[in-house]
Amino acid sequence: MSGGAHGRSKGLNGWLLSLPALVLLFVAASGPLLIVAVYSFLEKGDYSGVRWIFSGDAWFRVLFEKDIFDGTVSLADANLSIFWRSVKLSLATTFITFVLGLPTAWFIATRAAKARAIWLFLITIPFWTNLLIRTFAIMEVIRNQGLLNTALINLGVISEPIQILYTDTAVLIGMAYVYLPLMVLPLFAAIDRFDMRLIEAGYDLYASRWLILRRIILPIIKPGIVAGCILVFVPSLGAYVTPRVLGGGKNMMIGNFIELQFGQGQNWPLGAALSMVLLIVVMGALLLYTRVSSRDDPHG
Amino acid sequence: MRKILIATTAIMASSVAAMAEGTLNLYNWGNYTNPELLEKFTKETGIDVTVTDYDSNTTALAKVEAGGSGFDLVVPSHNYIPIYVGKGLLAELDHSRLSNIGNIADEWADVPWDPNRAHSIPWQWGSTGIAVNTKAYSGDPHTSDIFLDPPEELVGKVNVVPEMSDVMAMAIFNVGGEACTEDLEVLRKVRDKLMAAKPSWLSMDYGTTDKLSSGDYVASVNWNGSTMRARINNPDVVYGYPKEGYPLFMDSVALLADANNVDEAYQFLDFIMVPENAAMISNFARYANGIAGSEPFMPDEMKTAPEIVTPAEHADAGRFLPTCPPSATELYTSIWTELLK
Repeated sequence: MSGGAHGRSKGLNGWLLSLPALVLLFVAASGPLLIVAVYSFLEKGDYSGVRWIFSGDAWFRVLFEKDIFDGTVSLADANLSIFWRSVKLSLATTFITFVLGLPTAWFIATRAAKARAIWLFLITIPFWTNLLIRTFAIMEVIRNQGLLNTALINLGVISEPIQILYTDTAVLIGMAYVYLPLMVLPLFAAIDRFDMRLIEAGYDLYASRWLILRRIILPIIKPGIVAGCILVFVPSLGAYVTPRVLGGGKNMMIGNFIELQFGQGQNWPLGAALSMVLLIVVMGALLLYTRVSSRDDPHG
Repeated sequence: MRKILIATTAIMASSVAAMAEGTLNLYNWGNYTNPELLEKFTKETGIDVTVTDYDSNTTALAKVEAGGSGFDLVVPSHNYIPIYVGKGLLAELDHSRLSNIGNIADEWADVPWDPNRAHSIPWQWGSTGIAVNTKAYSGDPHTSDIFLDPPEELVGKVNVVPEMSDVMAMAIFNVGGEACTEDLEVLRKVRDKLMAAKPSWLSMDYGTTDKLSSGDYVASVNWNGSTMRARINNPDVVYGYPKEGYPLFMDSVALLADANNVDEAYQFLDFIMVPENAAMISNFARYANGIAGSEPFMPDEMKTAPEIVTPAEHADAGRFLPTCPPSATELYTSIWTELLK
């Protein structure tokens, strides 16, 4: 009996001790989100802000668009194509970082302990520099009068500069560069724990290299792969600086579209509703992650 | 412990003393305030000026409206002054405290967006037009067709600054409409024109001064002062005043209703209306100011600059954009979204 009472008070103590953290978490994490959610259900104010009157207008505008010329209501084609472009570019970024990140992580994980520390250190160096500056550095490399084009012209490979800047390719290069470390680090962590004797066992059983990669390595490091993909996909989806600077601003991604509503568009509720949609997509991706990583976990 | 207390008190006391000497918080566009102007002001008055930057009228308005910003002076564009006034964010100016108020040039002393200058003092004014590199295109630069129906040489090479109100206004003028129009027939033409033109654009980006100078852009919708800065670096750049109509703007300094340093703010407002000081503002950002008699203090290159001194034959096409009602902005945002989707 006393044990039960003791357990209860221990549980209560635990709750009390974690109360400050819980309150902070709620106020700091959920509070702002709550404001965004509430704003998305309000009427837009004149020139900026909101009016405190309930309105479903913003959510209607997320899903449908009313043609300003003939008044017909249809599915919001503009919003959809902006979202689709963001998802497409983010998936492509995730794929590129994975293809580049896996060999990199493998290389680092198979070095001696001392060399490994140096390689990991090198991977984290870009984080020391502000994102904006790194993006402008990429711009310096790929712009028409930039490093790459000048070098190629001087070497006689091309006669006219290649237009890379202001294309989707530029956005992809930029995002892949910026988010690559986020892919490498979780992959490294997974490969680091991988028991290399399993590969030897595979060879003993006459498995081909491809089969070993597909049937032994990839399934075991899958949690690392999924974590890396999520870490790259989620920030890519909300990317703002990279598409703005490298994409030339001709085509918006979600981040730029949300900014338009809070800025020149003067429609805060719509901006808030679009932010909520982005949040829902991200939550969906995370839910998928937990389901995928809990199902058929080879260690589990 | 006591030592720390004493030290703390001393620091607090000294910072209070610094406050008494005077501080001023100016909230202005980025890269728009001449640091030498501030140095001179501090030397003359002992007042320290802290400048905080913003990059758009909407950002500035949102921050000021939120309250408690701590700013004393803000520099909105002319079409934002009525919005600030309507929201009660500006203090009415007591002209008796501004001994230099008579220095405002006649044409700027009583303006539609701020009758009798009740709320604002001119900072700089200019126009939104077209910058063209004559190496790439030697035809007439004085038309908005440069970006709305680009000549063959410029197809795929035009930059358009992503400034919705300016670009929409130029497109509306191009099809013969009025600024802030809600006439759907006009807007349909505007939409069609913009949609047809967009594939010929290279980009929609700011940073035009550098890229026009370097030749990365050979044509762009651009502001006159920025074009002058680019032309000084690259003599091939010329500024075009679109004959179909182009927007004019004037940014003016206004005193916030919740300003803490009102006396200091008045001293600053009076200070920038001294012709010599107004000239310093212009010499830095390369836009004209609205103060009579400032010209003798400007370098010759500005007195004769075709970007700053509007040639008489192009002056009539320049129009100040009024404050568009929210209903018009909503229509424009729809078109803009369709354009950038």
